Amino acid sequence: MLRNLYALGFVVVLCLAVGLKEPRFFQPMSIESVLLWMPLITVVAMGQLLVIATGGIDISVGSLLGFCGIAVGLVLKSDPHLPVVFAFAYGAGFGIALGFINAALIAWARVSPLIVTIGTLAAFRGLAFMVSKGDQIDSSMVPDSLTSLANHGIKIAGVNLSWLLVIALVISLVTALVLRYTAFGRNVYAFGSNPAAARLRGIPGKAITFWVYVISGALAGLAGTMYAARFGFVNPLSAGQNFELTVIAAVAIGGAKLTGGTGSVLGVLLGCLLLSCINVALSVLGIDSNWQMLAYGVVILVAIVIDGIVQRRRAA
Amino acid sequence: MKRLPLVPLVLLVIAVFVAARYVPHFFDARYLLDTSTLYIEVGLLALGSTLVIVTGNIDLSVGSNLVLSACLTAMLMRSGYGTFAAVTFSCVVGTVLGAINGLMVAKLRLPSFLVTLGTMAAYRGAAQAAMGAKSIALPDGFKGIDQSLVFGVPWPLVIFLAIAVVSGVLLHRTVFGRWAFALGTNESASQYSGLPNDWTKIAVFAYTGLMAGIGALLMDSRLAVARHDLARGIELDAITVAVVGGAAITGGKGSILGTAIALFLLMTVRTAMGVANVKAEYQLTAIGALLVVTVLASEFRRKSAADE
Amino acid sequence: MRTRNIALYLSIAAIAAACGPAPEAGGGAANTIVFIPKSTGNPYFKRVDTGFENASKDLGFSFDSQAPATADATSQLSVIKDQVQRGVAAIVISANSPDALNQALDQARDKGVVVATVDSDLTGNESHRDFGVLPTDFSQIGPSQLELLAKSINYEGDFAILSATSDAPNQNAWIAGMKEEMKDAKYAKMHLVAVVYGDDEPQKSSTEAEGLLTKYPSLRGIISPTSVGLAAAAQVLENAGVYPGGPNTKGPGVVLTGLSTPNQMKKAVDKGVVASFQLWDPADMGEIAAYLAMQVKDKKLTLKPGDEIDVPGHGKVKVGENNVIFAGPLVTFDKDNIGNYDF
Repeated sequence: MLRNLYALGFVVVLCLAVGLKEPRFFQPMSIESVLLWMPLITVVAMGQLLVIATGGIDISVGSLLGFCGIAVGLVLKSDPHLPVVFAFAYGAGFGIALGFINAALIAWARVSPLIVTIGTLAAFRGLAFMVSKGDQIDSSMVPDSLTSLANHGIKIAGVNLSWLLVIALVISLVTALVLRYTAFGRNVYAFGSNPAAARLRGIPGKAITFWVYVISGALAGLAGTMYAARFGFVNPLSAGQNFELTVIAAVAIGGAKLTGGTGSVLGVLLGCLLLSCINVALSVLGIDSNWQMLAYGVVILVAIVIDGIVQRRRAA
Repeated sequence: MKRLPLVPLVLLVIAVFVAARYVPHFFDARYLLDTSTLYIEVGLLALGSTLVIVTGNIDLSVGSNLVLSACLTAMLMRSGYGTFAAVTFSCVVGTVLGAINGLMVAKLRLPSFLVTLGTMAAYRGAAQAAMGAKSIALPDGFKGIDQSLVFGVPWPLVIFLAIAVVSGVLLHRTVFGRWAFALGTNESASQYSGLPNDWTKIAVFAYTGLMAGIGALLMDSRLAVARHDLARGIELDAITVAVVGGAAITGGKGSILGTAIALFLLMTVRTAMGVANVKAEYQLTAIGALLVVTVLASEFRRKSAADE
Repeated sequence: MRTRNIALYLSIAAIAAACGPAPEAGGGAANTIVFIPKSTGNPYFKRVDTGFENASKDLGFSFDSQAPATADATSQLSVIKDQVQRGVAAIVISANSPDALNQALDQARDKGVVVATVDSDLTGNESHRDFGVLPTDFSQIGPSQLELLAKSINYEGDFAILSATSDAPNQNAWIAGMKEEMKDAKYAKMHLVAVVYGDDEPQKSSTEAEGLLTKYPSLRGIISPTSVGLAAAAQVLENAGVYPGGPNTKGPGVVLTGLSTPNQMKKAVDKGVVASFQLWDPADMGEIAAYLAMQVKDKKLTLKPGDEIDVPGHGKVKVGENNVIFAGPLVTFDKDNIGNYDF
């Protein structure tokens, strides 16, 4: 909890610093920009949180998102009047199918998760090109009912909370409840912090491992549909490209140790919020495009290093 | 080095024969040697990555390190310094950038994945900030190392093989190598036995940095220009090669010979598919599948060996 | 353990035995033109492919499109080497880097392969290729984009440019053209407040477009001369509802224009988010490049600046400085004509 306070503090300090330099950062338009940057990352990060809490990792999520975005786009192209709920169901369904491949190789064939998902990162991207035949899903193929999820929502104090954000928050809430109140959730942490001990206590490690990758796939697939809603088009190359590193950064900044056993939904949400604020701030401050990547890298490093020092102090 | 890295070796042999048999224009020594120069930087980074992975760590920043070293070296040469200065400078810059990762991992006890995820952005970002959107041309005397041959073999390939031998000795025949394996197998055990874990960590990251510095020189010379956006995604290639060669991400396992063989496997498969005119999307899928299959086969072989 | 190893070595030997001599290197690719786009999955280059395919039927060559999987600066290097090894007659490339490919292209030309560029030239390194076919007269693109915007905001107000990457030669040439044209007295009341870069990534382009709306409340227009930027900006304006006549528009609204293929913008035009935008037909570049490459290959033609060449279906085309040829005219798409195009 203290850690989350610290992370929140970092976000607040960052925002205040940016706001001091450019007061428009606190205008509704800019806040909406921050809140629109978050949902996709958040949804995928929830799956990644489960995976990382078991001590695994899923590098393939970016390509998985891209593939599912394309696949949902093709479904919508053939049936433009498909209800939105089905578009999400298809996205999650394709995601489960691909997540199953990861899960089977990792849980049953016991190949290292990093390797499996580096492999499927390439393979799923290739599949996205194959099913799309290299064609982009143009905006005319994405129905308004879907894109309206990005520009409609709940208005609070002049700021529009898009339906995409609402979906992301609901998924986060469900993840938090599952982690806290179900046997599955407790087993994820127990298995992640000490697999051998967990096995002795009769926790089904193989099943846990299997399901977290399936869930990660499902959520990344869902995010594929959300991608179509957010941007109105899906390109087989750029959809979800390099997404995995952003998501993992968000989860790690949120306090989840990559060795497993830790990580909270609130922390990850703060991690997503932090990355979102940095990216929007870089643009609102008008930082020279040649300096943006350095600034981004340095802010992340500072967050990681301070966190490391704080945690060591507390442990000592 | 008790056991040969059989799986990648067998796959390499199969790949070479299948390509030679079924792909026209593939089996041409001059062409193969020439194409090999495209993979040397990946190979060098994979050698470094093997050491890092053996200690149970990972370095995602190698590509960005390589690009930053390449850009800074090009800037140095533009301001009039000669080849000798450039070579020294690039090696030092690469090593220092690598050691910075090592210091943060060892002294601040931060996970290497996270540290190098940060420096991956920071190093490439620094290259972009230093160079802006422009590219810098290298002086004529420095260009074209990939076109100069020793006994018909391009220099970069010779350099790679030499460094592979040095790395092999370092990892498999020295005390330092034993420390690295001990650290990766069981960190607390090696701590209790009084091994210098911190220094081992810093040293493997610095060594990987040195590989990036050398790779930077080869890339500068090969492309004749330096620019901040070169060698993107090379870190995943390097890690892939190390792992296909038998390095285990969990630490404690890995072999330089395996890494070298895996590099030639990747080279053969990519080149064969390229000259067979296979579309990029099929190449991507095939390479991804190859990675999984190799590791799956190694795992299977290891397990059945353990059962016997 | 040992038996398993023996089995493995035997299987290797079996495969080795199965191998006869290497297959004959037939001249199958000698009449082939290969086009190397920047990357796969780009609708713009699909249309260039169409141009080549049309030409291949008329001119009787076989055509291949071989894109690298990513648009990195050096991802085209291995594609070039592999195609040279296949023995293709001509390589036409849309270069990802203006200088990193020089040596590979020189190698290709040494082996007698015709090398040409399409859409993206080797700016500053033109001597490493035979000729370059570029979209349309570069000196026109900046001014006509500016005029397109100016007309719809009555030559008055602040505007910004949303570009691709800060080092994209074409983008920079066009932006320079706009800045030059701004000196004209009729644009005296217009101010270019910012040039921002979305790196042709949907997420970054959207964030930059939103940043513009935040920073410049009095913004009247955005020009995005890249299709990813234009599509992202259109979505941002639609989300914010601040396009002319949009639900949240206070005052006249933000006018958006730029360059894109018509299919990518159909919906935005239908909804009125974007009134008009421009492009040339990328297929023209493919057709012209194919014809010229075949002529150069057959030694029927040597290009030099100042020539006028009769290209079937395209009339006389002019060879400019550095053997640059400009393809088809700039087309303005709007509600009335967009339905006539499909690419």
